[in-house]
Amino acid sequence: MTYAAPGAPPADLASTAGPLGVADGPLAYLARLASRVIALCWVELRKIRHDRTELYTRAIQPALWLIIYGEVFTHVRAIPTPKGIPYLAFLAPGILAQSALFIAIFYGIQIIWERDAGVLTKLMVTPTPRAALITGKAFASGVRSLIQGVAVVIIAALLGVSLTANPLKLLAAAIILMLGSAFFACLSMTIAGLAVSRDRLMGIGQAITMPLFFSSSALYPASIMPGWLQVISAVNPLTYEVEALRGLLIGVPATLWLDTLVLTGSTVAGITAASLLLNRLASR
Amino acid sequence: MTTESTVTTSATTVDEAVRCTGLTYRFGAQVAVNELDLAIGPGEMFGLLGPNGAGKTTTIRMLTTLLKPAAGSISVFGTDVAAHPMRVRRVLGYVPQALSADANLTGQENVELFARLFDVPRKVRKARVAGALEAMGLTEAATRLAGTYSGGMIRRLELAQALINAPRLLVLDEPTVGLDPIARGVVWEYIARLRASHGMTVLMTTHYMDEADANCDRVSLMHRGKIRATGSPAGLKGTLGDGATLDDVFRHYTGDALGGTPEEGGIRDVRRARRTARRLG
Ligand SMILES: Nc1ncnc2c1ncn2[C@@H]1O[C@H](COP(=O)(O)OP(=O)(O)OP(=O)(O)O)[C@@H](O)[C@H]1O
Ligand SMILES: [Mg+2]
Repeated sequence: MTYAAPGAPPADLASTAGPLGVADGPLAYLARLASRVIALCWVELRKIRHDRTELYTRAIQPALWLIIYGEVFTHVRAIPTPKGIPYLAFLAPGILAQSALFIAIFYGIQIIWERDAGVLTKLMVTPTPRAALITGKAFASGVRSLIQGVAVVIIAALLGVSLTANPLKLLAAAIILMLGSAFFACLSMTIAGLAVSRDRLMGIGQAITMPLFFSSSALYPASIMPGWLQVISAVNPLTYEVEALRGLLIGVPATLWLDTLVLTGSTVAGITAASLLLNRLASR
Repeated sequence: MTTESTVTTSATTVDEAVRCTGLTYRFGAQVAVNELDLAIGPGEMFGLLGPNGAGKTTTIRMLTTLLKPAAGSISVFGTDVAAHPMRVRRVLGYVPQALSADANLTGQENVELFARLFDVPRKVRKARVAGALEAMGLTEAATRLAGTYSGGMIRRLELAQALINAPRLLVLDEPTVGLDPIARGVVWEYIARLRASHGMTVLMTTHYMDEADANCDRVSLMHRGKIRATGSPAGLKGTLGDGATLDDVFRHYTGDALGGTPEEGGIRDVRRARRTARRLG
């Protein structure tokens, strides 16, 4: 094996003398937060580019839900839908949210991998606030969910679901999907911070994903749920994500301001919790 | 025998690169670092030596803001690490013990990420990244996924990452472990060049006494969480008499570790390193 001799150090690589810089003000902090989130979303886009097969394999499951489950229940008409829309149209936003949920839940496992591989440690020694690292990862999951979401929307459209063509509503739906994904990524990273080890997290991740999905209004309206499930559904952020997507994409009545408020609040809470647990995760 | 005397020469200057005072860390009941005192002068190449489980990595993790000391304090260029971690991170370059690069990004993207995280201005970012990759001899491999790199290439990639922000303090935890002799030479040669041109301070650990002897201005022998001796390699060898090597110095100060019980840290680290290898491979 041969090695190139080391080249000269870059000319502008000059250490500054004197004491270390002064503390940042709140504006500088926000600017840094934004720049870190952009950097981590950029990384995600690069990764998606390098491995596009995952994009296709991950489209299979939502396609099956829509084609098999959706078509069957459209025909049997067992589930009442608002304004009597076809069940498939009712289901599509639910499956969209589901595919984002499955992507987001993976980020907790990923952050433990990165911890074990030493990659997280190195990120934590850069001037990146813990909250910026978590927010960056959360929105990276949002970016991935969004790209995956395009696939789901295309499949739904091919199956004859009539979706809005209003660009503002599509943009709003994209934001909702991102927020939802960011929240569940934070939930997953919070659990990672509590579980600490990969094996434990794997089990927990699987144990919460399906309950989150079935206790939301993704598959059926809350009105036909038993009372106890309605209560769970009402505190499940996935319900609010699904309702908002339904309102925006399909046009069924929705309280968008409430959905947005709940999702934003949950995301902020999730970022806070996961950030606080990040040191614990890294110190194992 | 106490040999802390050599520290005093640089300890008196105001502008110290690193100063640890009474530094302590515990994993549960086990004391990994025990009231450690350490001072490193600016521009110095300082080696932290000691057997497996001595507490070298734990000390470094406290210094790099990753672990919170149970007691004691650290300052970097006069700035308290606990009070201003973000300021300290800004001037740090860190290569951890385990090989670590993002296997799903190319070499270039790995370095560019760090350029972004260190706020390297967009105008010079591309050139800086290319320069760092070229300096580490990675230009040709730059667009390949880091997952396809050999161990030596990953180490050089990590150095490129660590140097992208022109650190004033470069912290290297066993930088040449797992590298072939030529790759090791390349790494040291590059670090020497950087020090010559930019006056960077370097704190490193290594288990290769020949490397420490050849590259370090001063070394500390660490054992069971405490510093047993500090001095220049020549000075320490001199105290043991004619013809002594740094290996002899190591044995002299930490010898009671060799016949002792195996340290847990070793197994943990080996496991961690294997996991990394699997993920990267
Ligand atoms: N994450 C951890 N959990 C529990 N104990 C730990 C952990 N990391 C290190 N230790 C313990 O702390 C002590 C110091 O470990 P450390 O990794 O700092 O040693 P080291 O000098 O870097 O050793 P090596 O040369 O093998 O890298 C060891 O006894 C080790 O078992
Ligand atoms: Mg170590």
